[in-house]
Amino acid sequence: MLNTSPDFKENVRHAMADAGLQKALDRAKKPFALSRANAVAGLPEFEALRETAKGIKNHTIAHLDYYLEAFTSQVESKGGQVHWCRTAEDARNAVLGICQRVGARTATKGKSMISEEIGLNDFLAEQGIEPIETDLGEYILQLRNEAPSHIIGPAFHLNREDWEESFRAAHTHLPADRVFAEKRDIQAEARAVLREKFLAADVGITGANFLIAETGTSIIVTNEGNGDLTQTLPRVHIVLASLEKVVPTIEDTLSLLRVLARSATGQEFSVYTTFSTGPKRPGDLDGPEEYHVVLLDNGRSNMVGSEFQDMLRCIRCSACMNHCPVYLTVGGHAYGSMYSGPMGSVLTPAIFGADQAHLLPSASTFCGKCESVCPVKIPLTGMMRHWRERAFERNLSPATGRYGIGIWGFFARRPALYRAVTRIASWSLGLAGRKRGSFRSLPLAGAWTKDRDMPAPEGETFFARYAREQRSR
Amino acid sequence: MNATSNDQRAAILAAIRRGLGRGALPADQSMMLQARIAAHPRQIIPARVALDHAGLIDLFVANATREFATIDHIQDRTALPEAIATYLRAQNLPMELTIAPHPTLEHIDWSANTLLTTRFGRAAASDMVSVQAGFAGIAETGTLMLPSGAGTPTTLNLLPDTEIVVLDTNDIVGPYEDAFDRLRQAGAMPRNVMLVTGPSRSADIERTLELGAHGPRRLHIVLVGADDQRSE
Ligand code: SF4
Repeated sequence: MLNTSPDFKENVRHAMADAGLQKALDRAKKPFALSRANAVAGLPEFEALRETAKGIKNHTIAHLDYYLEAFTSQVESKGGQVHWCRTAEDARNAVLGICQRVGARTATKGKSMISEEIGLNDFLAEQGIEPIETDLGEYILQLRNEAPSHIIGPAFHLNREDWEESFRAAHTHLPADRVFAEKRDIQAEARAVLREKFLAADVGITGANFLIAETGTSIIVTNEGNGDLTQTLPRVHIVLASLEKVVPTIEDTLSLLRVLARSATGQEFSVYTTFSTGPKRPGDLDGPEEYHVVLLDNGRSNMVGSEFQDMLRCIRCSACMNHCPVYLTVGGHAYGSMYSGPMGSVLTPAIFGADQAHLLPSASTFCGKCESVCPVKIPLTGMMRHWRERAFERNLSPATGRYGIGIWGFFARRPALYRAVTRIASWSLGLAGRKRGSFRSLPLAGAWTKDRDMPAPEGETFFARYAREQRSR
Repeated sequence: MNATSNDQRAAILAAIRRGLGRGALPADQSMMLQARIAAHPRQIIPARVALDHAGLIDLFVANATREFATIDHIQDRTALPEAIATYLRAQNLPMELTIAPHPTLEHIDWSANTLLTTRFGRAAASDMVSVQAGFAGIAETGTLMLPSGAGTPTTLNLLPDTEIVVLDTNDIVGPYEDAFDRLRQAGAMPRNVMLVTGPSRSADIERTLELGAHGPRRLHIVLVGADDQRSE
C-alpha cells in the first residue's frame, strides 16, 4: 500500500535531517557500487548477457498472454492452482480465501514486494490471521511497524542500536539482561524466535523472482533460507507473483539468474535459488500439500503497449537504486512507496496512478547511472521524463513544483545538499579524484553535458539550460 | 478455478492483447512458441566452464570454498562414515546424523564407525547434522543441485545446523544448464529443486555478512571419486 508519495519533498527534508538514516546510507554507498563492479568484472560475458536478458524479457512480454496461459496449465497439470487477480483487493481476497478454507491461524512469510504492494499483512491481521515476516530485515520492520526502504535490503536504513532496542522490546520472554556482544547474537536470537513460528505456521506465503511457463515452476532467490522454510514446512504454500514474472523456459531463467545476483548483491549466485513445482508428490517425506499461485495484475496489463512497457522487464535487482545519487541521499522511505529509487519512480505511478505519485518521476537528476547498470537495460530516465510530461499535461504538479524539473531544482537551490549528491555521483561513476568544480561531465546531468561544458552549479544556469533543452527538442 | 477467477483471467488477457494490438495468437504462432519451449534453447554459457572434467572439479571446489562451504574428498563410499566422524570431531559437533533415505546412502555400512548414531528420513527441528545425497555439483559457481524426492527430503537442506552433502565427482558439471539436462533425463521436474551455494547467511544487520541465518550455518561437501580425476 502506498503511504506518503505525494509528500516527497517534505520526506526529503526529513531524510536529510535523520542522522541514523544518513549513517546507514553512508555505510552502504560504496559497497553497493563496488560489489556489483567486482561481480561484473568476474564474468566477461556480463555485458552480452544483459542484451540476452533484455531480449528474453521483450520476447516474453510480446507473448505475455501465451506464456501466462502456458504457465497456468503447467501448474494445474502438477496439481497446483493459479488465481488470476486483476486488483490488489482481488489478490488479498484470494489469499484470505485459501487461509480461511484451511483454518489458518498463522502464516509465515518470505520476503515479497507484492505482499507490500497489496497491503497483505494488515489485511490478514484484521481478519484474525497472524502474518509473520521471516526475512531478518522484514521481521524487524514488522516489529517496528515500518515500511521497507529497499527492495532487497528492506531494513538497510536501520543501525545496530535499532535492532537491539526492537528485539529487547519484542522478545520479552528472554532474559532482559542478555548481552548482544556481536551482530551475530542478534541474528541468532531472530533465528531461534522464528524457528518456532516456522514450525507452527499453517500457511507459508512467498514471493517469486520468476515463474517458468515450461514447467509451471515458481522461483525464489534468497540468502537466509527463510523463504525455503516458509514454503516447505506449512501445509499450504501460496506464491504471490505479478504477471510480468513469467519466463518461457528454464534456460531463459538461467540467463536472467546469471545477471540477477551479480546486479543485486554482487554475489555470483545467491545462496538459495529454489524451484518449486506443485504440491508434495507421492512418496515425498516433506513439502506442502497445496500449492497456489496468486497472479497479480494491478495495472501491469495496462503498461503493455504503453510507453512504460519496458518497465515490465524489471527483475527487481535494485542496482538502479544502489547507484542512484538521489536514492543514496534520501533513502527509500522518502519515496513513500515500497518501490523506490529509479525503478520505483517509474513503477509507483504506473501501479498507483500518476495522481498518487506524480512527484516521484521528478526525483531524478537524469545522470543515467541507473540505466547503465540495469541488467535488462530499461530506459529509466526516458520513462521518468514521460511521467513528468504526463503530470504537466494533466496539470498535477503543485504551483511551487512547476519550476520545470522537480528534484533538480530542489537540489540546485540547496547548495550543501547538491554537493552531497554530486559527491555520491562522482564515486558511483568511478570518477573519484576528479577535481570538483570542473564539471566537464557533470555527474548529475550527463545528458546535458555530453556535448557541452557546464559551469559550476547554480540554479539559474540550470534553468536556462533546461529551457534551451526543451526548446531544442 | 472459480467463476470469478475465470472472469479475471479473461479480463487480464483481454487487456494484455489490447496493449499488444492483437487478439489471441494464431495457431501457427502458438505452435512456434510451443516448439521453442520444447527445444528450450541455451543462450550464452560462460567460457569459464570450458574445461576438462578434472578442471571442472577444481573449479567447483574453488568456487564452493569461496562461498564458505568446506570440502572433503574420499576415494569411495566405504570411507564415508570415517570421513564424516572425523569432520564432526574436528568441529566439535554432535555425532548424531539424520541421513537421506537414498539408495546410495542407505547401502553404506554406517556401523563401521561406532561413534556415529544414525537415523534415516526427513529432518526434525531438533536435528543438528544432516547427510544429503547430492544430485549434481555446478562448477560455474560452486553450486549444489539438490532436488526433492522420496529419497532426498528438502528439510535436510534447511533445518539442521550443519548439512553434509555427499557428491560423486562424476556428477560435477560445468554450467547450470548441464545439471538441468541431467534432471530432465531423470524424469519430470521434481517438486522442489534447490540450487545451494554455500551456507545460509544474511547481511541485513548493518550490511555485515553473518553465516547461519535461517538455514544451515555449515555446509560440508564430501566428494567421492578416484583421486586421478583431480588435476592437482
Ligand atoms: S529497473 Fe533495472 S536496475 Fe532497477 S531494479 Fe529493475 S532490473 Fe534492476
